[in-house]
Amino acid sequence: MKKYTYTEKKDTRSGFGAGLLEAGKRNDKVVALCADLIGSLKMADFIKEFPERFIQTGIAEANMMGMAAGLTIGGKIPFTGTFANFSTGRVYDQIRQSIAYSDKNVKICASHAGLTLGEDGATHQILEDIGLMKMLPGMTVINPCDYNQTKAATIAIAEYEGPVYLRFGRPVVPIFTDADQKFEIGKAWMVNEGADVSIFATGHLVWEAIKAGEALAEMGIDAEIINIHTIKPLDAAAVLKSVAKTGCVVTAEEHNRLGGLGDSIAQLLAVNNPTPQEYVAVNDSFGESGTPEQLMEKYGLDAKHIVEAVQRVIKRKKTI
Amino acid sequence: MNKNVDELKQVASQVRRDIVRMVHGCQSGHPGGSLGCTDFLVALYFNIMKHDPDFKMDGIGEDLFFLSNGHISPVFYSVLAHSGYFDKAEMATFRKLNSRLQGHPTTHEHLPGVRIASGSLGQGLSVAIGAALAKKLNGDERLVFTLHGDGELQEGQIWEAAMFAPHNKVDNLISTVDVNGQQIDGPTAKILSLGDLHAKWTAFGWDVMTMNGNDMADVVKTLTEAKGRTGQGKPIMILMHTEMGAGVDFMMGSHKWHGVAPNDEQLAAALGQLEETLGDY
Repeated sequence: MKKYTYTEKKDTRSGFGAGLLEAGKRNDKVVALCADLIGSLKMADFIKEFPERFIQTGIAEANMMGMAAGLTIGGKIPFTGTFANFSTGRVYDQIRQSIAYSDKNVKICASHAGLTLGEDGATHQILEDIGLMKMLPGMTVINPCDYNQTKAATIAIAEYEGPVYLRFGRPVVPIFTDADQKFEIGKAWMVNEGADVSIFATGHLVWEAIKAGEALAEMGIDAEIINIHTIKPLDAAAVLKSVAKTGCVVTAEEHNRLGGLGDSIAQLLAVNNPTPQEYVAVNDSFGESGTPEQLMEKYGLDAKHIVEAVQRVIKRKKTI
Repeated sequence: MNKNVDELKQVASQVRRDIVRMVHGCQSGHPGGSLGCTDFLVALYFNIMKHDPDFKMDGIGEDLFFLSNGHISPVFYSVLAHSGYFDKAEMATFRKLNSRLQGHPTTHEHLPGVRIASGSLGQGLSVAIGAALAKKLNGDERLVFTLHGDGELQEGQIWEAAMFAPHNKVDNLISTVDVNGQQIDGPTAKILSLGDLHAKWTAFGWDVMTMNGNDMADVVKTLTEAKGRTGQGKPIMILMHTEMGAGVDFMMGSHKWHGVAPNDEQLAAALGQLEETLGDY
């Protein structure tokens, strides 16, 4: 198992804030909109540097999405910022008609995704957003794993033409990817090569997968760990290549098991190479109040549950 | 390009013929609101707006129009075709398979002249404000126009946008509401009353004007005056009173022709009331 260490923990939303500032410096067409959550979205540095390119919309997310679509018509590259819940479910029809169907170059940037939003509880902890967004034709869906990757992804989506959903989170998590990485949309990142099982993880679950990989190595299980930061378009070649080698799959995500990364992988495999698969995901329920750590444990989204899923799926492996 | 009132009336007669023929041709669509808003769209595209039928999505240096009540697509398509955005013959494909003239307007089929999909109501004002903000950022002094149905004002997003534009001094925007008092299920006053629209938009901070949307002279006069009131810190709202079905006597005065196509006899009766001025497609 390749060794991953970290010296610092930071929130992925701060990676977004840093990436937005950098994207703004590189391209004066980049504009930002926020629905009364500047502090939560870490947009202050962008606003300080480019006050004329920032639009405070107030608590009016539907209007924000429509205005973002309109800004693209004049050649702007708008980044919208609010919580994941208010970035997707609240404004689904606005995104569907005015952004996705209208082929608008809007970057929907969504913080506080998933259970790790914590104490605010289920009203704010959306676990359905990946599914909602990936079902929209033409929408790119990205869920990076740490501060550095989120910063790099933010810069990358500014350079990409088309609607994007960028999902990140609230809590501080280890920084274990390179600071100077180039983010390639749609290209899976090989975290650890292995032979016994393929673990496909996204977002905060990538670090948990690494911890699980270390525990599995001590048990003599050689896990391949792949970071699927881009859920759509899915890196099908990377998934199929890995599965051809390992013959079993665990998917790990901070999302409902219905409609998320696991389903994308399962659909790909069902058609191309039916393979035993276990899901590490929320089992079709809402969340609740608690600390991020408590919630990830209770809802089965930590390294321990990934290890257990690996043990289950290896037993189901086809034997020739 | 800038036609006078008499010339505009000639264009409007042909556009109304196109509307009833398109809707008859596919036995589907929305003739009532389309006929009611014909004079407005004809005035916009043939007198009021600076625009280029050699279509470019960014519309820099041009006035832009956003149709928020996308169901009145027949009038939009006819005006675009007669303006030269695409061949008039394409109107025969309206609402048919593989057409660029979808039931509701879309950019997805790359029809020149359309900058946003509309149909799901209440979204066009926000889009127009975004486009108006982009014009300001680009130093582009041209204007943005919109059209909405009065029933559409029942959508909450309209009022989010209504609050935003005056607060942010989006004064390069001229919006219009088609006040015909009708929606699918009946009169707006019965379905969900809109109340005093003049007082509401004024209270939100808009510069509110009114006009008779079926009097071409009044439409041109009011829109011209509205252009002169831009750039003064307020978005402009024109409450445009129209008769649903205007121009075809048996389609007027009722919500029943909101989304119903004429049969062969009704088509003939309608065309008998509308002079063919520019040639049918």
